[in-house]
Parts: sequence; C-alpha cells; structure tokens
Amino acid sequence: MIKVAEESILNANIPDGPIESKWKTHKANIKLVSPANKRKYTVIVVGTGLAGGAAAASLGELGYNVLNFCIQDTPRRAHSVAAQGGINAAKNYQNDGDSVWRLFYDTVKGGDFRAREANVYRLAELSTNIIDQCAAQGVPFAREYGGTLANRSFGGAQVSRTFYARGQTGQQLLLGCYSSLMRQVDAGRVKLFTRREMLDLVLVDGAARGIVCRNLVTGAVESYAADAVLLATGGYSTVFFLSTNAVNCNVTAAWRCHKKGALFANPCYTQIHPTCIPLAGESQSKLTLMSESLRNDGRVWVPKKKGDTRPASEIPEGERDYFLERIYPAFGNLVPRDIASRAAKRMCDTGYGVGGTGYSVYLDFGDAIQRLGRDVVRDRYGNLFDMYHEITGESPYEMPMRIYPAPHYTMGGLWVDYNLMSNIPGLHVLGEANFSDHGANRLGASALMQGLADGYFVIPYTLGHYLAGSDVLKNKVTTDHPAFKASVAAVNEQTKRLVGARGKRTVRDFHWQLGRIMWDHVGMARNEKGLEGAIRDIRALREEFWRDVNVGGSDGDFNKNLEFAGRVADFMEQGELMALDALHRKESCGGHFREEFQTPEGEARRDDQNFCYVGAWQWSGNASEPVLHKEDLEFDYVHLAQRSYK
Amino acid sequence: MKFNVKVWRQSGPNAKGGFKQYAVDGILPEMSLLEMLDVLNEQLTKQGEEPVAFDSDCREGICGTCGLVVDGMAHGSRLKCTTCELRMRHFVDGGTVTIEPFRAKSFPVIKDLVVDRGAFDRIMAAGGYVSVNAGSAPDANAVLVPKDIAEKAMDSAACIGCGACVAACPNASASLFVSAKITQFSLLPQGQAERERRALRMVGQMDQEGFGNCSNHAECEAACPKGISISNIATMRREYMRAARLHEERAEAGGGG
Ligand SMILES: Cc1cc2nc3c(=O)[nH]c(=O)nc-3n(C[C@H](O)[C@H](O)[C@H](O)COP(=O)(O)OP(=O)(O)OC[C@H]3O[C@@H](n4cnc5c(N)ncnc54)[C@H](O)[C@@H]3O)c2cc1C
Ligand code: FES
Repeated sequence: MIKVAEESILNANIPDGPIESKWKTHKANIKLVSPANKRKYTVIVVGTGLAGGAAAASLGELGYNVLNFCIQDTPRRAHSVAAQGGINAAKNYQNDGDSVWRLFYDTVKGGDFRAREANVYRLAELSTNIIDQCAAQGVPFAREYGGTLANRSFGGAQVSRTFYARGQTGQQLLLGCYSSLMRQVDAGRVKLFTRREMLDLVLVDGAARGIVCRNLVTGAVESYAADAVLLATGGYSTVFFLSTNAVNCNVTAAWRCHKKGALFANPCYTQIHPTCIPLAGESQSKLTLMSESLRNDGRVWVPKKKGDTRPASEIPEGERDYFLERIYPAFGNLVPRDIASRAAKRMCDTGYGVGGTGYSVYLDFGDAIQRLGRDVVRDRYGNLFDMYHEITGESPYEMPMRIYPAPHYTMGGLWVDYNLMSNIPGLHVLGEANFSDHGANRLGASALMQGLADGYFVIPYTLGHYLAGSDVLKNKVTTDHPAFKASVAAVNEQTKRLVGARGKRTVRDFHWQLGRIMWDHVGMARNEKGLEGAIRDIRALREEFWRDVNVGGSDGDFNKNLEFAGRVADFMEQGELMALDALHRKESCGGHFREEFQTPEGEARRDDQNFCYVGAWQWSGNASEPVLHKEDLEFDYVHLAQRSYK
Repeated sequence: MKFNVKVWRQSGPNAKGGFKQYAVDGILPEMSLLEMLDVLNEQLTKQGEEPVAFDSDCREGICGTCGLVVDGMAHGSRLKCTTCELRMRHFVDGGTVTIEPFRAKSFPVIKDLVVDRGAFDRIMAAGGYVSVNAGSAPDANAVLVPKDIAEKAMDSAACIGCGACVAACPNASASLFVSAKITQFSLLPQGQAERERRALRMVGQMDQEGFGNCSNHAECEAACPKGISISNIATMRREYMRAARLHEERAEAGGGG
C-alpha cells in the first residue's frame, strides 16, 4: 500500500534565470564564509571515492577543518578505483561538434527525461574544468603524438568526448584525487579515519551534526561531531549480491540517513551494464565488468539459429545475427547501456544465447583485428583482454568474448536539492550516493564526471552557502550531546544483537538469496506480479534473517561477518523499497523497464502524463510503508520525446 | 577440486600466530583463491569457528586491498596477478595451499591475514602529489605531454599500492612503491615544480617508516601484479641524488633548503 504525502516537502531550490546562467548567477549570489572563519568549521566527509575525496581535498584547500572517513584501509581503494572506460567532458578538442549544450542534451535524453535539467546543465558546464584539474594533478591521460589529450567515443554519444587513461581511468582519477587529499593531510587540514564504517547520522535540532561509526579494527563505536556532514558513500548495486561493485559497497550509510529522515529518491533506477563476464557458478563473489569502450570496436552477435552449439569460429558470417547493428542501425553497437542490455537479455530469453548456460552473447574483435591489426587492438584493450583471459581462460584475440549484463550502477540515491543538500539541513550527498544527475539511466563515462564535479566544483560553493546561512558556529555541539549518546546506544544494541545471532544460515547465504530475488524480479525487466511476489519474499526473508542468521565472532575486533551482517540487514529493507518504487512507477523509463509498458518494438514506454517526477520516499518507521513525495520535473530546454537510437 | 589449506591464524596484533590446516572440497577451477577462502569461511562459520580474517574489495585486481603470500610468494606464483585474480585452476587438485599475510616490520598484522599498510599513506602524504588547488588549473591542452612520456608515466602510475613489493623483498624495502610515484611525477611537466622536494621527503619518510633499503634483488618486480619495472628504482635514485645535490648547492649559496 503506497502512501503519497499530501504535501511534498521537496524544494529543489533551482536558481532563476536561463539555464545557461543559473550556476553563474547562483555563485554570484550565494553566501560566503570568510577565509579566516573557514577553519572554525568542522566538516565530516564520509567516503574517499571521487566524490568524497575531491570534496575533502577541496574543502581542506579552502581552509575548512575536515574529518574524512572510509571503510577501506586507505582512501585510495574506494571503488571509484575500478572504473575503466573514461570520463566525459565537453571540451570539443576534437572539433566534432561537441559543446556544453550537447553534453547536457545527451545526458537528459540518455537519462530518459527523468533528471533535473538545471543540475545536468551545471554538470556539463563543469565537465571541462575537471579535465583541467586532473591533468594538472599529473593524471597520465592518454595523449596524441603532439602531446594533446586523446579522446574516444563512448556508449550513447556521437562525439568523441571521453578522456581516458588506458583501461584504468577511475584508478588514475582517484589517485590524482587521493594525492590532493594526502596533500591536505600533510597540511593538517584533513584528518583521515580509515577502516571506519558509518552506522548512524546524528541530528541536533533537526540538523546533521555528526556521525557514529564502528572502528572496523578494534570494534569500538566512535562518535564525531561537526557543523555539516557530507555523504559520498557510493552506490548500492551490491543489493543484488552479484554486481560489478566491490564487495564492501553498501547502502548502509545512506540507509541510516534515510532512517533519520533523509528522503531516498528513485531507488528502483538501477543500471545493468551490458558488457560483463557471465556468471560461472554459485560460489562466485562478484561479476567483472569489461569496459564498454570495447563496444567501439567489438561487434555483438548471436547465432541466427536457436540453440546453435557450434563454436563461434565454425559459425559462418551469414549465420550470425549482429542484432544491435540490425535493430539500431544509427548507433549500432554503441546504443546506451539499458538498450544494449535488454536486447541481449531478449536474445537469450528467446533461445539465441551462447555459452554453457545459454546466458551470454558474443563480443567479437575478429573484424577489428583484421582492420586495425593486433597491435592497435592490444594498445586499446590489452589490459581488458588480459583480465578476461585470466578469469575465463579464453583469449579474446583468438575467439570472441562472451558477455552478459550485470548490475553496475544505481541512479537512485538520497534526494538532494540544487545545492546537493538533502532535506535534512547540513546533510549533503555527493557522487553515486545521491540521485541527482542521471535520471533513469546513466550514460557511460559520466559517473566519474559527476563525482568530481560534485566534489571539486559544486560543494566548495554550496557548503559555504549553507554554513554562512546557519547558526552552527554559535551552537557548537560536542559528542557529549544526548543525541550522540542515543545514537551510540542504538548502534550498540544492533551490533550486540547481530554478533549474538547464532542461527543456522550464514550472512552470505541470506545475501545471496536476497540478490536472487532482486535480480529475478527487480532487475533488468520487471512486472507487477513479479514485483508483488518479490515484496512478499523480501519481507519473509527479512524476518528469517533476524530469526536465523548466524554471525558469530566478537564485536571487539575485526569481524567481517559482523560488518556484512549490518549491511545485509539494511539491504533487506532497502530492497523492499526498490521493489515498491518499481511497482508504483507504472511506466518504463531508462533502466526501469516494466514489461507491461513497452512499445510494439519492445522499447521502454514512458508515461509523462503521470510519472514525470522524482519519486522520493520518506521512512515511516516501517519498511513496508514508506511515504512518497513527488518532485515534478519540467523540461523547458530538452523537449520530452521518446528516446530513439534507431 | 579439493585442497588442504594451511592458513596463518593470529588473533590480534600482539598475539602469537601459527598455521592451522583445513580441508575444503567442492572448489571449482574458475573460482578465485579468495572465493576458495569464502567457501572455507562459510564452512567455519557454520561450525561455530571463527572465520579466517582477510581483506579484499574490488576482487578484480585494481584496488590493491587483497594481498596474501600464497605458497611462499606474494600474490602467488602467477606473474602480473593479484591474489583476487588468482584462479584455482592453477593449483594442483588435492594439494596443499599455504596462505600467509604479507610480512614486514612496517606492515604489522591486525588479525590473521590482515595487515596495516598505513605507512604507504604516510609516505604519500610526504609529497606524493602536485600542489594544485581545485579551480586553479590551466586548460588541459595548454601543457603538452608527448605520447611516449604520458605512456611511461602511466606505466609507473599503474601501481595499486598493494604492498607485494615489500612482502617480496628480502629487505622489506618499499622502494618499488615509492619510486613508481616519484618517477611518474618526475616525467610529467606538472610534477617539475616540486620534483626535488618530493624525492627528498618521500624517501625520507620511507626510511622513517622502517622499510629496508633496496639491494637490487628485483623480487619486487617479479611479485608486482602490475608489472612495475625495477628501473623506477634507478630513476628514484637519480632523482634523489639530483635533489640532494641541488639542495646542497642551494644551502651553500645561502638559500636555505
Ligand atoms: C567496474 C566499474 C567500472 C566503472 N567504469 C566507469 C567509467 O568508465 N566511467 C564512469 O564515469 N563511471 C564508471 N563507473 C561508475 C563510477 O566508478 C562510480 O559511480 C563512481 O566512481 C562512484 O564514486 P563515489 O565517489 O560516489 O563512490 P565510491 O568510489 O564507491 O566511494 C565510496 C566511498 O564511501 C566509503 N563508504 C561507503 N560506505 C561507507 C560507510 N558506511 N562508512 C564509511 N565509509 C563508507 C567507501 O569506503 C569509499 O571511500 C564504474 C563503476 C564500476 C563498478
Ligand atoms: S581485491 Fe582489489 S586488487 Fe584484489
């Protein structure tokens, strides 16, 4: 049963004026914190990925006193490190017709008209500064012989605007960001707290004033007070258990904020990435992404004959169906992710899939090797080919890769306004953890861009605006405040309950089963019956979890089972919210595909009359009864149209 | 596949550790070594025993979190491969697999196979950066970097900071790690302004952390999952000598450090 708030509490605070000048005008009008005053403010930044690391470094540079937290043993391992393909920027270095406007347009359209225009425009505008900043940090981007930066085109774009560093773009951007962060650590402006997991947000007089976390080495429950809290804790694809995300990725930090009142927006918008290595067995712990840049030169196909078991090399050219090129002649293998993923799923569901399970399609480099030669192909994709070879034991130089879609990115996240502030004063949310810029589908190479835009160029302005306009300096709080004591007690209580749980089923077992439910019914394609069933199953599983989970060990030291148990407990609630959101959204858009709402050709059919809004959910105290708040979306610049990539 | 897994167990930093043996069964050849440990841990948890503590995150060879000594070698015997990428098909069915933490004085054990590599962060904080504030960068194409230089810098920048080089080195030296960063920045125009200061400070911090010195065993290069070349260490030495010389000259000229 879905409750809709009588009056939405959401105000996106979008500045007035034409879209091209909103950010400029806003920057000119917002309040500033004077240089001498900045050090009087303490800011907590949770997360050290591109979003959190960039924010912590930049705020340190400005002179704020920053406390920066992460789960890993060092900031440099945040999951941004795994991004392979590249980062977009509207530099138009290639003179191929790119512009801020075109990047804006592509992102709004790619997001299937479910993103906020003003945010997207700002993102496109800031994209160019990001490349400058990263190059200046010494990020070794790919270059041309003349020394200028190289570009490639990336899924869904008809211009070459993607910057890259071999197949390790995320790593290099993160290391650049990490180096700036360590410079601030050196300068004493940022204090690092590694191996800490945030387990609660502390509110004082309704504003975010601190966090409670668990020290993952000693087990100690620690409190930190501040004048604002920035959350940059990444995405929640691991709700599916198997995804391309790192095993420690989680929704816990965001979810605990949600339970303290922060609205969770569009939880059902998840991205399934088309080019991943197919699942091999039940004990697999994660799925490995093969960068989408492979689709620039690789051709996707299946045999024309159903159930054809011949090896790829024995299937003659005329008996191959290059289905993306056939269905989408204008974009071919480069159609956006959601479209490519669903097309692959359709081929497999109808019996054309290949490999042992029948759940994979070929990605073939035969033509590319012939056209460009092995060396050029190795130059472009060598490390990806090696990775594939290492995992599967097969060489893509000799035979086509096999790929299948996998959960990869979550467009949904905590609701934020134009200033990246949630509905809780002082709680700002950055990077993949917020819902802001990608609508219902994210284009390739734009998450890195968003994380860095948020951290380097948006929050340094908007946080100052918040602080200068608040009275936090006059009302400094310390961790002695009763609100901290209450949070610590609640965290302790949950920890004790989990560590004492001596049921029969392991945490991993529960996570695996939840992931199965999510993948089967809240994954690439959804329908009413499946979603209703999933909701019932999740509720039952959640109950069983608390009754029968086996955690063990002690809460006084390093205990992975305990860490994971807390995360899985949150996924058990959040998974239900995803399903509820997917059920209520009776339309298909981007990564949210409802089988009941499709065009005769099997493409997503939006319902702009009824669903052109952000669905932001409020915690009611009961995971099954969230309250929906709507933020209506208006499209004044990019006119609503059905996406077509034909 | 079946294995006899011999694992280092140590309940805490100051506890005495030792090997314990466990039998695992039903392992598939395509599973990674960490997935084999997952299976073992599920088994232990069900039996009410404490699972083996180990670190991992990306499980695809890029974050540098995992790092185990497998059968006596950091990240196992496969070249250019992290522990999480190591597949069981490379092991002999029915055999023994010995698993230990990275061992070095500067990497104290936290628990079982988990070690503290915080020293690497402290070295990075001692100059492993270009001082450029957000917002103050020139247009990216205003500073040209020849393709081969960018490629070389990238070769060094590919380091994942796992610490295998330290674990593999008979002297527990961190030279490969430190030299990769120094080399990356010494090659790039962006790194020039702080070139000397960086070399002096990072090397100084490495010494202070208690890492040993390099005596050209090249074990680090062999263990490095990213194939970082030992020639980086030669570059680091040159950079250090050059910086020390300039530093002296400046001091002689009365310019201070
Ligand atoms: C395999 C892969 C490839 C990708 N390739 C690309 C690409 O080519 N281009 C592109 O644009 N995007 C790509 N993406 C997406 C992109 O990498 C991510 O969306 C982006 O890096 C997220 O950055 P972030 O800073 O928001 O979060 P993350 O980098 O995930 O960082 C999250 C941080 O929060 C911390 N944290 C999390 N929970 C807690 C907690 N409870 N307490 C304390 N700390 C916590 C973590 O320790 C970490 O420091 C890819 C993603 C994957 C998985
Ligand atoms: S877990 Fe990331 S490199 Fe092994």
